[in-house]
Amino acid sequence: MIQKDKLYSIWVYLQAEPLFWLTLTIGSYLIGDYLYKKSKLFPLVNPVAISILIISLVLINLDISYERYFDGAKFIHFMLGPATVALAIPIYKQFKVIQKEALSISVSLVVGSLFAIISTFAFCEIFKIDDQVLFSMLPRSATAPIAMGISDLIGGIPSLTAIITIITGIMGASFGTFALDFLKLKDMSARGFGLGLASHGIGTARAMSRNETAGVFAALALGLNGIATAILVPLLFKLLNIF
Amino acid sequence: MLRAIFVIFFFQLLGEALKKFFEMLIPGPVIGLILLLITLIFLKRFKTRAINNLKSDVLNTSNYILSYLSLLFVPIGVGVVMHLSYLENNLFKVLIIVFISTVLTIGLTAFLMEKINKRINKK
Repeated sequence: MIQKDKLYSIWVYLQAEPLFWLTLTIGSYLIGDYLYKKSKLFPLVNPVAISILIISLVLINLDISYERYFDGAKFIHFMLGPATVALAIPIYKQFKVIQKEALSISVSLVVGSLFAIISTFAFCEIFKIDDQVLFSMLPRSATAPIAMGISDLIGGIPSLTAIITIITGIMGASFGTFALDFLKLKDMSARGFGLGLASHGIGTARAMSRNETAGVFAALALGLNGIATAILVPLLFKLLNIF
Repeated sequence: MLRAIFVIFFFQLLGEALKKFFEMLIPGPVIGLILLLITLIFLKRFKTRAINNLKSDVLNTSNYILSYLSLLFVPIGVGVVMHLSYLENNLFKVLIIVFISTVLTIGLTAFLMEKINKRINKK
């Protein structure tokens, strides 16, 4: 009995500190990454999705609030900013290829970005989604901070946009390669560009784990589509209000 | 390593400051990315030893950070799962819409790009 009390007091002490949640985050990611490599990089065995699942199960079962968890995990979250800046390096290294493919990059950017927004709108109409949820969904292919800003601008709910944006990233990273294989696309720059354009950072991380060229073009698409979405969504939104 | 981390943080800081100053919708880190890219291209003209050393330091550190890029999405991802109830009865519909639209966008974009690249390379 004393033993149990002691263990419980250790747990109460540990769960209040960031260290426990940091260790849990890295540990579950390593499990996810191990399974991903074991599956020979099979896209459905996504390391991000696996670690999210493990951590969520722990939090739900131990009745820990997300805020408590994030208080520890925010140190990992913080690195997302510097990592975004670091994406300049692969883009810099492949700058010659990017210049060479400038035409295909611009055409696919505009078409892809428009398609992501308009198809989301069309499906929302078909499924009769409420306006506020619809507005929160429109910018979902942009990277989360941009998407949240746009959502706020057009009357969506930024936190809902954040959720939908992350779901978009995980969907793209998990299922995108099936579409690319189905279409028999071999061009690594095109494959990466598609993944990065539609599913931003999580798609980029996936592309980068497979092939460097794909990773670079995914990172490029992430940056470019962030900007394109920020221009196109408010523009289309104004057009929509006119008609 | 430390110098490279300083450089990367510094460019993010610059990006955040510019974003705030011009009240831009683009996130600070993306502005930092663009600024760092411009700086790297500009520095190509100067091939002194100190610059080359710093550059290779930044290159190595960035590659190291980027090899763990997906880990960095885990904390927000957990938030998504914990807050799925926000979507209420829309959850299932939203998942289907996101799935179809995302997969189609990826396919269409990559298809278009590969076809254009092929046509250009033929010429």
